[in-house]
Amino acid sequence: MTTPAGETGAGAAPASSTGDGGPPAVHVRGLVKAYSGVRAVNGIDLDIRRGEIFALLGPNGAGKTTTVEILEGYRSRDGGEVAVLGYDPGRQRAPLKRKIGIVLQSTGVEPYLTVAETIRMYAGFYPDPRPVDEVISLVGLEEKRDSRVNKLSGGQQRRLDVAIALAGNPELLFLDEPTTGFDPSARREAWEVIKNLATLGKTVLLTTHYMDEAQYLADRVAVISAGRIVAEGDPATLANREVARARIRYRVPEGTTPPAGLAGPTGADGFIEFAPDDVTVALHQLTGWALDHQASLDGLEVTRPSLEDVYLSLTGAHSGDGAGPAGERGGPGRAGAPGGAGREQGGTA
Amino acid sequence: MNAAAMTASQVRYVNKSFWRNPASAFFTFAFPLMFLVIFTSLLGHYTVHIGTRSVSSATYYVASMASFAVITACYNNIAIQTTFQRDAGVLKRTNGTPLPSGSFLGARVVHALFISVILVVITAAFGRVFYGADIPTGLTLLRFGVMLVVGAAAFCALGLATTAAIPNADASAAIVNAIILPLLFLSGIFIPFGNNTPDWILWIARIFPVKHFADGMQAGFLGTAFHWTDVLVVAAWGLAGLALAMRFFSWEPRRA
Repeated sequence: MTTPAGETGAGAAPASSTGDGGPPAVHVRGLVKAYSGVRAVNGIDLDIRRGEIFALLGPNGAGKTTTVEILEGYRSRDGGEVAVLGYDPGRQRAPLKRKIGIVLQSTGVEPYLTVAETIRMYAGFYPDPRPVDEVISLVGLEEKRDSRVNKLSGGQQRRLDVAIALAGNPELLFLDEPTTGFDPSARREAWEVIKNLATLGKTVLLTTHYMDEAQYLADRVAVISAGRIVAEGDPATLANREVARARIRYRVPEGTTPPAGLAGPTGADGFIEFAPDDVTVALHQLTGWALDHQASLDGLEVTRPSLEDVYLSLTGAHSGDGAGPAGERGGPGRAGAPGGAGREQGGTA
Repeated sequence: MNAAAMTASQVRYVNKSFWRNPASAFFTFAFPLMFLVIFTSLLGHYTVHIGTRSVSSATYYVASMASFAVITACYNNIAIQTTFQRDAGVLKRTNGTPLPSGSFLGARVVHALFISVILVVITAAFGRVFYGADIPTGLTLLRFGVMLVVGAAAFCALGLATTAAIPNADASAAIVNAIILPLLFLSGIFIPFGNNTPDWILWIARIFPVKHFADGMQAGFLGTAFHWTDVLVVAAWGLAGLALAMRFFSWEPRRA
């Protein structure tokens, strides 16, 4: 049926598929997909360069998976232009399949085969597979090499998913919510594996609704909301958050009133928060006042909008509605330093 | 690798998986023998009249249970396992790789056929040893083999087509049994037809493939007349199943 052929037959096949001579990994213009009249994807443009880790970030139902599944060839599109490694996934799925690896949101495998057998089986579907043991060590499953798949933990199964996707030595890897439902240590394991892929020169398109995941892994992120891309860029500078005004937060003992120019409304948690014109000056004045009045400034911190704040304002979601793992708000990104992206991430493990 | 080599390789992996679930493998083979013993013990020894031939009920059941075993291994197992693999995402994952879909499904059909042959051999050997049943030889064996292969392939195709009607894996066993069990009874697999069998049952048996398949199998064991029309009817059902499967088969879990 789909025996390897077509490489020469397909006129639109890319001239070169390795290195920088080839077409961009993903090129999308005006992508539209509707389900029973409702546009799940409503005019998306995307450009993903070779060798970059690109994250598609958005809440559930925003259109992430639909978009990715169109790129993978699982779904047809209703409009727009799509080229994945130079191929149209709608019409040139067979040659495209040989060059991509797919990790779906949740997929089973034959439970009674071993890790090595499973990877070898999938590798056999591709014209130029990567050696099985190399794939196993890439995802760190050496110790489980000869274990049956049904004996693996959730995190190990996910690593096996990545291994299967890598078995064919793909140029482009799709990871659809690779760590959803993971405990923190399993997430960390998965992250390390994905980070390693960048060193192999693979292009990775990842979808996630975890801010910290996008921040830690991605070279570039696009925020998708209601079927549209609402922001795109470096996770550290998305929506100009690195130049956004810093906010100063602190708490003073009861009965103490800070000077009017250095205060704002008091929140439910008792913290006073305000956005000064000049952080340095404001901090100096505030600490000076505190010393003069012998008032302690409990929990003093300077913050800039975290990726999550940007995301929440872009997607119109409210904080704490499950857009991110509970308790992570106020963690990474609130570390105090702008550009502290990824700095505090180690704390999750 | 070309598609044929990929199919052969898939058969090996399917086979490996099959034997690594010993409980499932054991009961696949024990089930028809169990039924054979139960029916012959329960209903005692009597004579079944097929056309001009009279055969002992034990011999009749050897042929019937061989047919039953093939139908279970092909129709039931393919329908249920494929639905489980569809719901678990195995099919979707496979569909994202360059493996031709025909190789994936074809390998499962070939393996079911292989299991069917083993089942028939076991049932025949058991029947021979304990009930003195006839074993097909020569030309009879050849015709028997044709019926077996055509029947097994046809029931596999019908099993694949049935997955389209199964909304989720939890419902698969119930739906498959609801389809096949009445049909097995109405085709005289468990209880042989007698003179009083009502016309409507005879008609159902004539329309659906189970009785035709069982008749073809019986011809091998019992030395009754072999009709090529039986093979044709079963083959036609198989082709219809294949056409329906190609049209409606889904590689992705059905969304509720």
